[in-house]
Order: sequence, then C-alpha cells, then structure tokens
Amino acid sequence: MSNRLTCDVVVVGAGMVGAACALYAARSGLRVIVVDRGPVAGGTTGAGEGNLLVSDKEPGPELSLALYSGRLWQDVAAEPGLGEAIEFEPKGGLMVVSDPDGLHALETFAAGQRAEGVEAVPVAADALHGLEPHLADGLGGGMYYPQDCQVMPTLAAAHLIRRSGADLRTGRAVTGVLRGADGRLTGVRTDGGDIHAPAVVNATGTWGGEFAALAGVHLPVLPRRGFVLVTEPLPAGTVRHKVYDADYVANVASDSAALQSSAVVESTAAGPVLIGATRERVGFDRTFSLPAARILAAQATALFPVLGRARAIRSYLGFRPYLPDHLPVIGPDARLPGLYHACGHEGAGIGLSLGTGQLIAQSLTGTTPDLDLAPFRPDRFPAEEVPR
Amino acid sequence: MGGTEQHTLVVIGAGPAGIAAALAAADAGVRVTIVDSAPQAGGQFYRRPAAGLGARRPQALHHAWGTWESLNARLQAHIAADRIRHLTDHHVWFVERLETAFTVHALVGPEQTDPDTVTADAVVLATGGYEKVLPFPGWTLPGVVTAGGAQAMLKGGLVLPGRTVVVAGTGPLLMPVAAGLAAAGATIAAYIESADPKSLVRHASTLARNPAKLAEGAQYGAALARHGVPVRMRHTVVRAHGTARLEAVTVAALDAEGRIRPGTGRRIACDTLAVGHGMLPHTDLAETLGCALDGVRVAVDAEQRTDVPGIWAAGEATGIGGAVLSLAEGEIAGHSVAAQLQGTDPDPRGWSAAAKTRSRLRAFFAAIDTVYAPPAHWPESVTDETVLCRCEEVTAGEIREAVEGLGAGDLRTVKLLTRAGMGWCQGRICAPGVAGVAGCPADTARRPFARPVPLGVLAGPADTEPNRHH
Amino acid sequence: MRRTPLDLVRAEPGPAYTVTFDGREIPVLPGQTAAAALWSAGITSWRTTRRTGEPRGVFCGIGVCFDCLVTINGRPNQRACLVPAEPGDVITTQEGTGHDGRN
Repeated sequence: MSNRLTCDVVVVGAGMVGAACALYAARSGLRVIVVDRGPVAGGTTGAGEGNLLVSDKEPGPELSLALYSGRLWQDVAAEPGLGEAIEFEPKGGLMVVSDPDGLHALETFAAGQRAEGVEAVPVAADALHGLEPHLADGLGGGMYYPQDCQVMPTLAAAHLIRRSGADLRTGRAVTGVLRGADGRLTGVRTDGGDIHAPAVVNATGTWGGEFAALAGVHLPVLPRRGFVLVTEPLPAGTVRHKVYDADYVANVASDSAALQSSAVVESTAAGPVLIGATRERVGFDRTFSLPAARILAAQATALFPVLGRARAIRSYLGFRPYLPDHLPVIGPDARLPGLYHACGHEGAGIGLSLGTGQLIAQSLTGTTPDLDLAPFRPDRFPAEEVPR
Repeated sequence: MGGTEQHTLVVIGAGPAGIAAALAAADAGVRVTIVDSAPQAGGQFYRRPAAGLGARRPQALHHAWGTWESLNARLQAHIAADRIRHLTDHHVWFVERLETAFTVHALVGPEQTDPDTVTADAVVLATGGYEKVLPFPGWTLPGVVTAGGAQAMLKGGLVLPGRTVVVAGTGPLLMPVAAGLAAAGATIAAYIESADPKSLVRHASTLARNPAKLAEGAQYGAALARHGVPVRMRHTVVRAHGTARLEAVTVAALDAEGRIRPGTGRRIACDTLAVGHGMLPHTDLAETLGCALDGVRVAVDAEQRTDVPGIWAAGEATGIGGAVLSLAEGEIAGHSVAAQLQGTDPDPRGWSAAAKTRSRLRAFFAAIDTVYAPPAHWPESVTDETVLCRCEEVTAGEIREAVEGLGAGDLRTVKLLTRAGMGWCQGRICAPGVAGVAGCPADTARRPFARPVPLGVLAGPADTEPNRHH
Repeated sequence: MRRTPLDLVRAEPGPAYTVTFDGREIPVLPGQTAAAALWSAGITSWRTTRRTGEPRGVFCGIGVCFDCLVTINGRPNQRACLVPAEPGDVITTQEGTGHDGRN
C-alpha cells in the first residue's frame, strides 16, 4: 500500500472543532483528511459537557461567534437523524443569583447581551420553581436564556466527521510539517506516512501550541483543568435546564490560577446529572482532586438540595485550551502560508465549533468570512509574551 | 518517622491477604486498623454464614477451615488486646494522599450513606478481586449468576439460586462452586468447562511442585463424581433461554481453535446457570492513588510495595492466585510495613517461607492461567442483540456500530460513543466483554470513586456521624 | 427429602421473621440479606431495567455489578445482595431509575 496521501486540506485533530472544520470544508467541495494521534474525541471533546452557551458570554467577538455557531447547530440538528444521534437538546439555560441584589448586576449584563441578539428573560425569585421545581428555596431570582443548548460532544464529533465524508485517520501522530521550496506548507508528516495538501488546519485543541511549534510558529495555548461529577441515573426533568450560579461568568473570565468553581448543573438524555465545572491552571496534571469534587458537590447541592442523596458514580477531567486573552485563534496564519488555526476555545469549544469550522471553510475557499476574523488572528501574541 | 509515637497501618480488606498483613504488622507492634465492607472478617474466600443463622458446621462449605480458625483466633486475640481495630461494614470509596499520611474515606453500613474516615501512616490495599464473565446471548436473564456469586450467596446466606444448576465457563473456581452447590442440595445438570485438561500436561513440572493444589482439585473432582455431575470439557454455553427467567441453556463442543463445532449444540433444562471466566483484581483505589499497574493488577516489588510511598498491596489485587498466595503476600506486606514504620531494616529472612510459597504459587497460577482460557473466538457467538453493558443496556450491535461506523478503536472511545461502562458498575462487569466484541484491549478505566458516594457526603465536612443502621 | 444448605452446615437459626415483597409476606432467617430472603422464597428478579424494562436480580452476589438494585422501605437502589433484611422491611420491585413513579 502506498503511503502517499493527497487531499485539499488536512485537519489535524479529530475533536469537535476538527469535525466542524472537516464538515464545512467538505461541504465547500474540498477533499479532507482528518488525522489524529488518538481516537475520535480523545482530548478535551471527550471530557466536556457539551455546552452550547450564549448566556455566559459578554458582548464581544466570542459572543458573536457563539450566536453564529448557535444558528449552525440548529441547522445541523435539523438534518435527518442527526439531532437525535448527537443528543441535541435545546433546553435553555437558567442563571440564578443567590440574593436579589445580584439580580441588578445580572440585568445589566443581560442588557448588553440583548443588544447583540441574545434572548434573556428575567425570572423573578417566585417564578424560579416554575422553571426548575427542585431548585433550593430562597434564591434571589435569575435570567433565562432559551438559546442555550446541549449536545453529547463525543457523539457530535464522531457523527459530524462521518457526515462530512472526510477520510478519518486515527492513531496517527503528526510528527512534522512538509514545506515547499517557497516555504509554504504542503502537508504534514505522520508516523504513518506523509499527507500532502496545500492547506493544514491546526484543530489540536489543548495541544495547539505544540502543533504550532512543529510548524515553527508561536501560539501560547495552555491547559486549564476542569472536573465534572456524574451522578447515578435520575428521572428525566430532575434538572430541566442548564442551571448555574451567576458566579460562573466571573470564573470563566478569571485570570486566577487557583481552583475556582461554580456549579453548572444539568440532566442528560441518558439519566445522570452532570455537575461542572472547576477551573484550575495546573498544567496537564491528571490526578483526581478530592477538594475539587467536594466544592462541586457543595455548590450543586446548594442549588439543588434534592441531589444531596443522589450518588456520584464517577468523575472525569479535561483540559480546556486557553489563550492569554481568552479568545480562540481562527483563520490563516500570516506567518506561514498554508497553515490555518482553529483552536484555543477554552471551555466553549463545543459550542463555538461549528462557527469556527464554517469560518475556516470560508477562509480555505477564499470566500469572505461571515465574521471579522481580526480578533481571532493567530499572530496576535508577541512571541515573548508569557500567558497571564 | 521513628521515635516513640506509634504509627498506624490501615489495611483495606479483611480477606486472607488483609488479615495476614494485619497480623504480621500487629505482631511486630504496629497499630492496625482493618477497614472492610463485610459484616465479619474472612473476605470472599472465608465468607461465613451470618451469625444469626447459627451454623454449627460452617466448615462444610469450606476448604482448609483449620487455616481460617487459626487466623481468626490470632485476629480476635489482637482485637481483644486493642492492637487491631476492625471496622466492619465500612465501604472505602477513596484514599486521599496527604503530605505525610493518608485519609481513608469510607461509607458506613450496608446502605452506604454515612461517612467515616480513618487516618493512616501506611496503607495495605487488600481489596481482592471479582469475577469476570464474558457475555453470551441470554446472560442477562434472572437465574444466570456468576459462579462466585452463587457461592457467596450459599456461604453467607445459606441459600441456593435454584434447584437445577449448570456450572459453566472456565477456571479453577468452578470446581468448588459446583461441589458446594451439589453438597447443599442442588442438582448439577452439567459442568461445562471450555479448557482442555490435556493442556495441563504441558505444565506438569509446575503443577507437580504444588501437590496440595492438585490434591484440592482431585478432592473436588471426586465430589463431582460422587454427585454424578456430568462433566463436559472443551464445551461452552452458547445461549441461555427463557423469558422472565432462565429455563435452559444450549451448550456446544469447541474445536481445537476454540470455535463452536457445528451441530454439537445441546439444550439442557435448568433454572440456574452459574458462570465465570476467571477473576479480575480490584484496582480502583490503587489507580486513583497513582500506583502503577502491571496489566490489570497492581504492580508491587518483592516486599509488596507499590510505587507510591506508603502504599502496599497484597492478595488478588496484585494478581489472582487464591487464598494461600494471598496469605503469603499479606504476611510479607505486614512485615515490610512494620519495618518501614518502625525505621528498621526489613529482614527478608523473617518471611522466607512466605516468599517461597509466593514464588511457587505465582508460577502455579501463571500455568493455570494459560490452561483456563475462554474460547478464543467467543465474540463470534455474541449476537448483535446481546446486551453487553448490563447497567446501560448497550448491545453488541451498538458496540460494533461504534467501531465500524464511527471509528472507535479503544475502550474509552467505545464508552463515550455508546455509554457502555458508564453505569452503576462503572464497567467492572462489561469491560472484558465490550473489549472483546470491539476488538480492542481491555484497558483498566480510571474510577476516582471506588464506590458511589452521595453528593451530600462529598459536599459535607469530612466529619463522621454516628453509624446509623438500617 | 432434598438436602438444604441449612442441613449441610447444621444450622440452628434464630426465629424467622417476615418482610414483604410487593405486598407478599416472605419469611427471613436472621442475618440473611434481602437477596437471600428473596431467593429462599423462589424470587429471582426484583428490578426492571431503565431502557427496556427487562427483569433483573442477583448477578455477581458480592456488590460489584449493581444488577440486584431494589427499593427497600422506599429507598431505591439498595444492593439486595449486601443489605440485610430486617423484620418488617417493605421490599418493592424497582422500576426505571428507582426515583420515578411510585417507588
């Protein structure tokens, strides 16, 4: 068998973002090979909750991308058989505050979001139980975000790669890049042979910096660890929406390295309730942290006292890929023709993936991107900058 | 370490390995706490009828009862003298590694709702093993039980699963199970073993060095003959039949390659199938502590130390080999812990007999392992409709679709795509079956919680409430 | 008469008591688990699965597999093979997650 493989674009990374890039590139008429050193969804995608959120984002480029992506998710979910296969649930999000004073700040936050096209419906304290019957008593009220959705991320990545028709090569590590005489990228070298293509997409998530280094460019992607607790199967509707504490927004945007947590609680189609999400900057340490699990459990049971007797049956962790300014890198790398980046989405990669994939496809085909890519430019970080 | 302060060893598990470790350490002057999930000591091997059942001859269900009686006498003497504390009904869900010590987190009582914690300077993991069962059509029917499960229910509760039992699978455990069930009044309709006893010949010299084990096997063989049990070697169960419960099984002969010989299927009426394909070590606590594994077992050195300082492991957790091997490993671990906690040099001469037993039995069970292997082509008999993951009800067809249609090539991805292994048992039961059908290695999964733990316990302060019984 | 496990070990159990299973009274010997009591009464399944409603009972017998989950005195998801049956216990077939419906 010949090892010479040729296509129009190599997508490196078979996670959700790689799957989205493959889907839209293929639908633009490009021949796509997806290559990954591990299996499908073996990185952050397989360790995520599948949040498709607009609610936690303040006005700015990330929110625009989230809204754009959200529309694409609706389209994908409407394709025959796909919505069910990826467990797409347009369940809506509910952000709650512990006391009525917090409601004012939340309303200010939501007003900014509404101007960008986010639907945000104030929920008075006495109306919370109508939306979420098992919420604790005495909360201050909240904000309902009907556009928030959920998917099962591993299923989504696997099904979208299959739907794309791309040639999937798992268990194949990229060991270097190929360059033409003019310096352009002309493909990648893998431990299973070279793959030739005029375009290479870096969709390697948390390992995006490593891959960029192979290509000789600087990209300061770093991991931010998160734990998720999973309960025993509980009846459908125990938690009806994605429910979280308004502190979550502050933690997402935080620059602190220390352990932070604000519970995001939600039921899944399969029965278990998922409880996220801690944030810690501890490198790629896979050691289970009991303090992290304890704080998640405490916050979740404070929101939903009924969960106190539910048993946690497992816990998993993942590493969110973040960049110093908490925005992903999307688009061509001006420093190296042929190289495109689609990584660094932190904890929002599932939600932002489809928009990212579509923008990458537009870049690959020379179409004007639907969103301005300037905020996502890969070369925006000075080489010497140390991530905060 | 050192000084006059007395250090505490926590032994997790009160089976042969745990008791032997506790006794050796306590004999040397170490304070020991045994933390065990059962209401009384003994583990699976020396599981005894509940006290209220008033068994006058519990030895009728046991091999080597004298060994147990002397172990138990020593244990009770240490407990009476306050040198060993035995916490029963304590289900350990996590061992937390602190800077210079460990906190053992347990849930108390059969309902496992209330927390308790014990602090330890050293820990011996003697967590034992559980039975491996490979799937076949009908294996989820009530009346199909693990061979070890049937034995445990008999030893502990003095009950039988039914009247007419087929014992099937592979491995040395099946013999005592069949003999015990027969002695207790069950009719053994057939004893179905997939291994070929002729292959034992290849290991004749190893086996000859273990005359006691051979004699034990011969005793069980004689018992089966006495009860008129039909024995079928190189046979396997192809399917279990029934609707609400088991009514019959179909067994068939195997060819030299481990495939079903066409036309040999035979239906046997029964209300119970006791089935097993060997044992697997419990490694959850060790893995979460960061201990290295060797395949599916906890890796240990000559002193039964894991590679995590302060953590030892002994018994089935470090490789399946039965009670006598577990006793030897536990004894060595206890000596090693005592030396380390007391700041003395360990003296292997103090455990040379145990070390000899350990080498001999490890060689014996390595040989046994190669003989008692499941039929090589067992996944071919697993129909697409067969449920593989019993908790999440994931079928073989769904597993095959994940592999062939979605590109899964490892157990974790199969799990993420199908939910196989995500349920209550966390894949302990289905992992070998799912891996076999998926055609990927049965890697051990990380299970941070060795048992389900109520969120209220996780959330609460680490204090202890009084043990609230049912 | 057929030999029993109690004969084999010459058991002299304390006085039996009763529990109910789905309303039916069944006898229990002191120290027996819920699963042992149910087996003694000829009952081999006491749960139906979440997805397809299949019957289940004891499988591993030692608390590992969670197949024998049952509702006792209104508390779902108890492992019948571990939990002792106490006098007067109300044992009911568990359906679904054990948390829904009448359980």
